Amino acid sequence: MIEQLRKLSAACLFGVAMMVPPITLHAETSASKLLRICYVELEDDPRYANRGAIGGIVFRDFGRPYEASQVALDDARAIGRVIRTDFGMERAAGRSADDLEKRIESWMRSESIHFVLADLPASTLVELGRRLKDEPVLLFNVSAPDDSLRGSDCLPNIFHTYPSDAMLSDALVQYLATKGWMQILVLQGPEPQDAASVEALQHSAKKFGAKIVDVKPFVLSRDPRNRTQSNVVLMTEGRYDVVYVADVSSEFGRYVPYQTALPRPVVGGAGLMPTAWSWNWDRDAAVQLQHRYEKLAPERRMNGAGWAAWEAVKAITQATVRTKSTDFELMKTFLLSDKLTLDTVKGNPGSFRPWDHQLRAPVLLATADAVIARAPLPQFLHQTNVLDTLGVDAPESTCHF
Amino acid sequence: MSKLMILALSFASLFSVAASAKGTGYVFVSHEKTNNIAVIDPRQDYKIIKWIDTSHRPRDMHFRNDRRQLLVACGDDDVIDVIDVATLKVVDHIPTGPSPEIFAISRDEKLLYVSDEESSSVQEISIDDKIIERQFATGAEPEGVVVSPDGKTLYVTSEVSDMVHVVDLGDGAVTDNIVVGTRPRRFLLLPNGKELWVSNELSGQVMVIDRATDQISATINFLPPGFRQVDVTPVGMTMTKDGATAIVTLGRANHIALVDTATRKIQDYVLVGNRPWGVALSPDEKTLLVANGLSDDLSVVDMATHKAIRAVPVGRVPHSVLVDD
Repeated sequence: MIEQLRKLSAACLFGVAMMVPPITLHAETSASKLLRICYVELEDDPRYANRGAIGGIVFRDFGRPYEASQVALDDARAIGRVIRTDFGMERAAGRSADDLEKRIESWMRSESIHFVLADLPASTLVELGRRLKDEPVLLFNVSAPDDSLRGSDCLPNIFHTYPSDAMLSDALVQYLATKGWMQILVLQGPEPQDAASVEALQHSAKKFGAKIVDVKPFVLSRDPRNRTQSNVVLMTEGRYDVVYVADVSSEFGRYVPYQTALPRPVVGGAGLMPTAWSWNWDRDAAVQLQHRYEKLAPERRMNGAGWAAWEAVKAITQATVRTKSTDFELMKTFLLSDKLTLDTVKGNPGSFRPWDHQLRAPVLLATADAVIARAPLPQFLHQTNVLDTLGVDAPESTCHF
Repeated sequence: MSKLMILALSFASLFSVAASAKGTGYVFVSHEKTNNIAVIDPRQDYKIIKWIDTSHRPRDMHFRNDRRQLLVACGDDDVIDVIDVATLKVVDHIPTGPSPEIFAISRDEKLLYVSDEESSSVQEISIDDKIIERQFATGAEPEGVVVSPDGKTLYVTSEVSDMVHVVDLGDGAVTDNIVVGTRPRRFLLLPNGKELWVSNELSGQVMVIDRATDQISATINFLPPGFRQVDVTPVGMTMTKDGATAIVTLGRANHIALVDTATRKIQDYVLVGNRPWGVALSPDEKTLLVANGLSDDLSVVDMATHKAIRAVPVGRVPHSVLVDD
């Protein structure tokens, strides 16, 4: 699958011509409201270089979440016919934050677009957010887990529906804590995301009382001179309860289970993985959502970023339905209020944390074919909302808008 | 006995007028995962006297034909199974659309209206002919279905659209859409026919719709002891025959609420099992049966003392409860 330029990006640069006349169901004169959302992504996004496939056979879906946003858009359109609001989405791929800023600004002028789903790496997202700081625009981060985005790099015009690294590792360590598997051996890959995952794990371990017994870097290599960094048996000697693999490529991690020197569960990037979504989650009407996704994206299964993109469109839809308006400020205020009860399809209703704009939602702990547990685990309590046991809570937040 | 004889006898029992199956007093519980219905006799200390094997994923159940038949929607096989109550066996199947969940039967018992959660529609099916007469498009994931007493109006929830669709059965068209709470699930139609209650799972409320205006006239909030607002997920509802008291199951809050329908005040909360959804009153209204989906048991609640007096272990993921006279 070759990355293709989104043809719509050319079309989107046309101005007023994109306005579609409202369609009324009855012979009434009241016009439909327009709610256009835009969806931006990065051409040649390095995060999607890994196709999760060997010779074309897909072992895990690392793909882009656009189709999932379309599932929510279809649901929004059904609602839109009733509340007389015309929902639509424009999609564009840009080469840089500068590129994307120009497209968003032109959409703002031509179509009053205020809500932008952003499938971007953290650095591009932050730059884009900074450039749009003074505009009436709200960016939804649907794929970047970086804790810095919810911390020192936070911006008031960015909301996160994708879980943070802190939420994902908290979910995993909560589970380990309930099992008493507290001694963790870490195998860490060479990518920056791998280092970020391990850093988050260290915070989670401290939070829930687990112990990281060692962190061993690995390389992808068959050169016997590198064996202490590539041979799983050699790297997993020692004493520990679980092996945590930080491997965003998953090329190494997939092969760690059953190769460890001791018989131990593998967690993190392989084995038991914390995730925003797993196709095999079967409660809370997940199956119906999965089916609707598969109709739009045949031969694919929805992944975590897909769920986050779907959730972002759902949030925008609920905001317009409940405020009975398409006004940006009214909708944004609603999104940050405690009246938002977003269907996370994982049990608890979701809402955005006021201190860092992270969506609170359960996290699934899944293997390749089953969800073993859903975090937060019932053993963990919280003063106000148990979902806040996952991720950075208000007192610890380093985000200051 | 030859297979032909058995077949003939099965069809005979379907149309039988001689053998009456009234008054068994049995409690029927459908199970989503074990694909069967447990038949419980309260007079034998709530013993499970039989397991009826059904098509896959049995959920909503209704009696028909003076309680001689029990119909159950089987979501994974896209059929409604017809059970002969006298023999406690499945005798027929009525094909539906994909994933039938909840259904209602017309007053003359000739038609049934079933919500298909996978195809975003409600189907009107002629029971004897087994033909889909009409289909009404809804928002995604339709669930609760109820028909007005005069048979002219059908109401159906759309869980994803947060709406109640109002269908004029004469025209066969949706005439109104009422925006309610988040994830609306099931209905309760009060005996006066004026109020339609709808449970909203994720906003934790029951909304009262005034049928004359299709407007929400009241919102009922719940907060049982020891639980937070976000844990309250109301789903199933039932009421006393006089309509004075409504009972609402509160899902993840593991309680049921007893509500005075005139004042809409909560009379009491009763702790039951894990994730109660299905609920039904005994014919004498002295006991309430609650299906707890995530503890695989049935709570028996004493309506005089408002306490759960028994927990009857049943099959896996009990969904609905139905009680015979």
